[in-house]
Amino acid sequence: MLLGAITAKQRPVRPSGPRRALRGQDPPDNSFAEQQDQMTIAAFAFYLFAFSAVASGLMVVGSKNPVHSVLFLICAFISAAGLFVLMGAEYLAMLLVVVYVGAVAVLFLFVVMMLDIDFVELKQGFLQYLPIGGAIALVVVVELIMVAFIWAMPPDEVVARAHPSPTAAEVVANPVGPNNIEQLGSVLYTDYVHYFQIAGIVLLVAMIGAIVLTFRVREGVKKQDPAKQVARRRDEAVELVKVKSGQGI
Amino acid sequence: MGDIGLGHYLAVAAMLFAIGMAGIFLNRKNVIVILMSIELMLLAVNINLVAFSQFLGDLTGQVFAFMVLTVAAAEAAVGLAILVAYFGNRGDISVEDANLMKN
Repeated sequence: MLLGAITAKQRPVRPSGPRRALRGQDPPDNSFAEQQDQMTIAAFAFYLFAFSAVASGLMVVGSKNPVHSVLFLICAFISAAGLFVLMGAEYLAMLLVVVYVGAVAVLFLFVVMMLDIDFVELKQGFLQYLPIGGAIALVVVVELIMVAFIWAMPPDEVVARAHPSPTAAEVVANPVGPNNIEQLGSVLYTDYVHYFQIAGIVLLVAMIGAIVLTFRVREGVKKQDPAKQVARRRDEAVELVKVKSGQGI
Repeated sequence: MGDIGLGHYLAVAAMLFAIGMAGIFLNRKNVIVILMSIELMLLAVNINLVAFSQFLGDLTGQVFAFMVLTVAAAEAAVGLAILVAYFGNRGDISVEDANLMKN
């Protein structure tokens, strides 16, 4: 039903889950009322997550302390994950929580705490650039929202351009078919397998780059040198000393 | 509260994108917040991709959102590594004073 909110005008609502299967037995008017309720709940959830995302985004930019910025960034990502769930992209939502909140945001937090910065002077120049930054942001947001609401695609164009992947068609045919992650997997590992491997290479390069950039040889640290240990000869390691009785070495 | 359609999601994404852009302009002293603003802009792009993916009934948008997510994570890792190295050399992270190449 949540997915239906965004595509209801164009296509028949995608049946999903056992709840959907049960509804066939309900009387029609009851079903309609229930659908209205679910639409209202979906709309409420949308406005909640949207407000939370935008407010957190504002706080990321505006808060004085970078640690607070990171925490608000986490909040923005979780809200966006909620929006993804509303759109039916459950796997990406979970990925957003695991990758961003679990890894990237914690990385940011580590770096903020590792660098010894004076937080007060970081905000200098904020008001100086507020007029031009605010004006440009306002222009962009007005333009983009006008595009989003005034721009419209005729329904037959949508149908013509839509390219349902084979698994999505299967889902429409089969009410208890594969879920979002199975669909995504079956597309990702077949049609987009090269993109997937390129993504892996990008991550490998990023990992090597990050290690190379932050690596430094530190002096005075005791550590093992296997080559030196193996190359050691007996005569430079052991010495035979004749000790006279009554004296030390 | 009416139907939540494609336009609503695009509006949220537009607002997040504009906030990220404003963040780059406003925080001239702090590279960390600039990196976070870039993350916000990439998140807005991801919302757009997923919204159109659902609107057109095509999973390609979600696959590309996945790729954007990968690149964003890589960018954050490399960007923060550069930042740490830069802080080690300079002792501050201000964008305005970044003129090592000029001197």
